[in-house]
Amino acid sequence: MKQDIILAGVGGQGILSIAFVIDSAALKEGLMVKEAEVHGMSQRGGAVQSHLRLSQEQIFSDLIPKGEADLILSVEPLETLRYLDYLRPEGTVISSRSPFVNIPDYPDLEKILTAISRAGRHLLVDSEELAKKAGSSRTQNMVMLGAASRLLMVKKENLVEFIETLFKPRGENIVTANLRAFELGREEAGLLAEKR
Amino acid sequence: MITEILLGDEAVALAAVHAGLTAAYSYPGTPATEIMEYLIKAASKSKGLKASWSVNEKVAYEEALGVSFAGKRALVSMKHVGLNVAADPFMNSALTGTNGGLAVVIADDPSMHSSQNEQDSRYYAQFALIFCFEPSNHQEAYDMTRRAFDLSEEMGIPVMIRLVTRLSHSRSSVVPRPAREENPLHHGAWTDWTLLPVNARRRFKMLLEKQAELVKLSEGSDFNSLAVNEDDRSVGVIASGIAYNYVRENLRDIRRGPSLLKIGTYPLPQKLVENLVRHVETVLVVEEGYPFIEKTLRGTFGLPGKTIKGKLSGHLPLQGELSPEIVRAALGLKPLDRHKVAEFELAARPPQLCQGCPHADTFHALNKVLQDYPGANVFSDIGCYTLGAFPPYSAVQTCVCMGASVGMAKGGAEAGIFPSVAVIGDSTFGHSGLTPLLEAAAANTNMIVIILDNSTVAMTGGQPSYASGGSLLKMIEGLGVPKEHIRVIKPLPKNLENNARVIREEIDHNGISVIVAVRECLVEARKKRRSG
Repeated sequence: MKQDIILAGVGGQGILSIAFVIDSAALKEGLMVKEAEVHGMSQRGGAVQSHLRLSQEQIFSDLIPKGEADLILSVEPLETLRYLDYLRPEGTVISSRSPFVNIPDYPDLEKILTAISRAGRHLLVDSEELAKKAGSSRTQNMVMLGAASRLLMVKKENLVEFIETLFKPRGENIVTANLRAFELGREEAGLLAEKR
Repeated sequence: MITEILLGDEAVALAAVHAGLTAAYSYPGTPATEIMEYLIKAASKSKGLKASWSVNEKVAYEEALGVSFAGKRALVSMKHVGLNVAADPFMNSALTGTNGGLAVVIADDPSMHSSQNEQDSRYYAQFALIFCFEPSNHQEAYDMTRRAFDLSEEMGIPVMIRLVTRLSHSRSSVVPRPAREENPLHHGAWTDWTLLPVNARRRFKMLLEKQAELVKLSEGSDFNSLAVNEDDRSVGVIASGIAYNYVRENLRDIRRGPSLLKIGTYPLPQKLVENLVRHVETVLVVEEGYPFIEKTLRGTFGLPGKTIKGKLSGHLPLQGELSPEIVRAALGLKPLDRHKVAEFELAARPPQLCQGCPHADTFHALNKVLQDYPGANVFSDIGCYTLGAFPPYSAVQTCVCMGASVGMAKGGAEAGIFPSVAVIGDSTFGHSGLTPLLEAAAANTNMIVIILDNSTVAMTGGQPSYASGGSLLKMIEGLGVPKEHIRVIKPLPKNLENNARVIREEIDHNGISVIVAVRECLVEARKKRRSG
């Protein structure tokens, strides 16, 4: 059993926080983990991605081979499209539909969403709306983690535990908002899945 | 001991702490920064350990060498180009040798994710005639670092650990071993450490005499392994460091794989290489960085009767980092089935200055003035402000290496460029800008140096700067720049006109001027607010 996940977004959106929560949960469950991150210059508002690999067996490559990813989990719709060729033919895309526009030539959002919709199994989540509902627009990453949580090979309670660990130093309010964001994302994914 | 999930950088740092480290030094630079970040945290919890950022890599190396002279264990870490700055003490430290163990950790950046070149530090290790480890995974990064300190003391040489971005910035689990005590204080001998010709000649001879032993150590090392397929004499693979992972990732698909030699140490384990080469007709060399092993194998005339494939033969690219797909093709395997991708014109999202960044305001003022001077040139340096090369600023025309802006502006001015402007950050100025400004002030060159003082090393995550605030102004004056031509501006949108006026006045001054643009990095200010 293994799970290869591409995490995508823009520098500052908290991709590495998603990675931390899944990594820690996987370690607790005795899984092997490898997770390649982007640090440095590219983090300044640029495209960032993380290759997250979970497995019951030894993992070799730090990078996911193109055609091996089981899931693309993305906090930004344009960024989702950047990594589709990593996905295995029957893989799943779970993407935010809320654009992060910090470039002058940002493409038409509807066209982006249509392109994602053509990507086979997919789920588009209004992460901005749900994050605001959770109490902070900065929690979009946890909304998306929640939306993907039913598909992950780690347990929900372990994800929740490490969301608490991650945000604890920033105070009780931040922890509550992020846990709420996670739950709202998880709920939304359930509703959307039912609709389909 | 408990399994931990660590970055490759952190695995090295933790191993150094467990190896009885006394002190560590570094200058921030991607992808090596997190080694020192981890050590500083560790030092804050431990009484004996010292870990701190240095003013530049050369100083860092010399500090580490001082620790080694004192018989204690030291680590010095930096990015690949940092070793160019530290090359002088590095090369000579192979002759002085080590008293306490010295681990030199160099993180290369193939694909230039955050660098100006993709030089391969294994050449430096070979150049200095020292031993080098190249880990393929996190556990090896830990184990090799532990071993590096012992080996450094056994052989009396510094030992390099060569990392690459994809290992430095990847997380995986590490099982640590029990920690060792610090070394006692024990001075080095002057006959070893004073590289007067009489000593240096003897020390170099000793270094040369150690080489055969280093090869033997490599041949006996568990970090190298040869798996021979007795039934297949056609192809064999040599793979080093993380390139080994890409081979193994793809070899899952081969029922009976080719013979495979994994390399983790240098100088190369000659006997293992010979055994593989003798067994097969074709050798494929897979390595991250330059074709270092492949070139060694080929020599000048190649290996008679053997075909060698790799980067030089065009089976793998000479430029950029490897990937599972690239190695898959070189192994002659069909690509994996992929998801069908819809045609879509993807807009690039390059890194950019933050909204409200003080550098942007300085560039706006500079651009406003320089549009009246078609012959102007702005020489820049290494930092966030290098992003000023991109639109909408298009404000700088060069970026070469740490501190180059000041020396190049002087050379440019002497060649006839007017106005000749250098733009350099406060920490970069402390790293390598002081000496060229000393010279430009002495010559009173007609140029302007703009120091962007945001009081931090911003690009790498906010490390402390040694040349900021009031002490920076004193340094500039102390270097001989006339006080009336040291100007301070505050880069804010509302100050645009005033800042442009100051720049104009200093262009009109026929001689050296320094303008210091002072405003704190927004990201750092935010961090400070958050932590109260």
